[in-house]
Amino acid sequence: MSAAWGTDAAQRLALQRRRRRRNGLALALSVAAMAFGLFWLAWILIETLRLGLAGMTLSVFTAMTPPPQAPGGGLANAIFGSLLMVGLATALGTPVGILAGVYLAEYGQHTRLGRVLAFVNDILLSAPSIVLGLFVYAVVVAPRGGFSGLAGALALALIVVPVVIRQTDSMLRLVPPALREAAFALGTPKWRVVTALTLKAARAGILTGVLLAVARIAGETAPLLFTALSNQFWTRDLEQPMASLPVTIFRFAMSPYENWQQLAWAGVFLITLGVLLLNILARVLLRERR
Amino acid sequence: MMSTAAGPLQGAAPSAARARRAGPWADRFFAALAQAAAWITLAAFAGIAASLVVGAWPAIERFGASFVWTAEWDPVRQRFGGLVMIFGTLATSFIALAIAVPVSLGIAIFLTELAPRWLRRPLGTAIELLAAVPSIVYGMWGLLVFGPVLSRFVQLPLQSALGGLPLLGTLVAGPPVGIGILAAGIILAIMVIPFIAAVMRDVFELTPTLLKESAYGLGATTWEVVRHVVLPYTKSGVIGGVMLGLGRALGETMAVTFVIGNMNQLGSLSLFEAANSITSTLANEFAEAEAGLHQAALMYLGLVLFAITFVVLAFSKLLLAHLRRREGGRA
Repeated sequence: MSAAWGTDAAQRLALQRRRRRRNGLALALSVAAMAFGLFWLAWILIETLRLGLAGMTLSVFTAMTPPPQAPGGGLANAIFGSLLMVGLATALGTPVGILAGVYLAEYGQHTRLGRVLAFVNDILLSAPSIVLGLFVYAVVVAPRGGFSGLAGALALALIVVPVVIRQTDSMLRLVPPALREAAFALGTPKWRVVTALTLKAARAGILTGVLLAVARIAGETAPLLFTALSNQFWTRDLEQPMASLPVTIFRFAMSPYENWQQLAWAGVFLITLGVLLLNILARVLLRERR
Repeated sequence: MMSTAAGPLQGAAPSAARARRAGPWADRFFAALAQAAAWITLAAFAGIAASLVVGAWPAIERFGASFVWTAEWDPVRQRFGGLVMIFGTLATSFIALAIAVPVSLGIAIFLTELAPRWLRRPLGTAIELLAAVPSIVYGMWGLLVFGPVLSRFVQLPLQSALGGLPLLGTLVAGPPVGIGILAAGIILAIMVIPFIAAVMRDVFELTPTLLKESAYGLGATTWEVVRHVVLPYTKSGVIGGVMLGLGRALGETMAVTFVIGNMNQLGSLSLFEAANSITSTLANEFAEAEAGLHQAALMYLGLVLFAITFVVLAFSKLLLAHLRRREGGRA
């Protein structure tokens, strides 16, 4: 009897030890996974900072992209092209995104169009961006007979739209229904309720979405490769091929020329800095709201 | 009584009616505007699919479905098959998931069960920032910084350790230059970890506290709670998150183009060998491809990619929606 009790206790102790060991192992692995993730973030940021700052000079902002192995030169035309195309894409994509988001949250909740749009938007949100480039090539570049900054901006706008739709929709859904009902009870027409009340209540969240969309397209390269192409010179003409920071980085980084690679690092530094700042700004904005 | 009450109402009618008339007009206009935006978005989606099919049509007509399992890619002789690129895309994405899924799981467990509360927000933000870094940064870093390190400290030792063995030896054969399928897979893994980890963390947080505390109350360890309560409860959400990451990995262009080596070969099974993916082929060849069969074949590749990611993303959305619905039903 006591012997049986003894083995029982021993078994239970062994089981408990095994469970505790397994738990310890799993938790250690979990901590290691977290460290693994942070390790890459730190490594990438440090290298970008180190090599990017080394390539930073004033001429990066003032001079045009140089020919290979020529001293000096900068990224001015690429920076300008990026700003222009990102600005145009945001201006084109944001209204469509906000309106479609309004439709999703305020009009189409129980309609078939609303359900299909919600589904399609999720697909568009993660669709390969290079495929968007193929689409714009087929419908804009090929018929017009040439690469252009306008085509690049259109391809980027296609990325803006789903991001803004998603954010507008989810922010409008956070607005309490009682607010709408109170306004309806006062006889306010629906369009006034949406524009003056719910959109206003959700504007910080929607602005966050726009900022995130800008951050996303600022670093996009793939959709520009065969829409805007690139340009060695300064151009404001949207009908012409236009340089952009990401495509210039791609061309320069893949080249064997040292001065091009150095400029590419400076460009990578600028993009990373800009994108991270936009993300942080978006977060701060959203937190203040809450 | 009724008529006296109706009197003042009728008196007020003209202005109220005017307001109502202005209302419906603006109302209809605004609703139509919102609906038009919805249609524009749907049209863009349909346009993408249609333009790919139309653009690829010459190649579809010429090669049919055999395009998918033909390895030859010869622009000079106008013979095209997508097997090499499709294989490259699938192989790199598979390697990426093999690395990213366990790591993301660990990160999600850490963020939801282990980390002290004050640490959760900043660490979660740090992981999300990793997702925001543009892919071209990963690509350039992968080519110029990570590649040499990988070659020197991973590939060379692996080759000298496994070189003679039958199966493992073939996997690590080839030039250890830090560029190729393995390098692309690792960079993709680093890129998709934040996406998968963020989804996993979000769905883990959906687990009802009551369920977890009951298990803790019975004496379960943290790992047992995760393994037997959280994971079964969030299963469909976790798989949905993995699928989302897979969708990202399949469609990623720049990070892969930089490090995969851009070589059309399928001769060896080595992970170190340079290869090509659908996206890297498009990025390198499309702008210079002449109109005609070459361009159509590239469009065909894009169509295949679009179809694969569509299936993966649709599946992911269904699984995530399934979890949400169940969650909603219980709440």
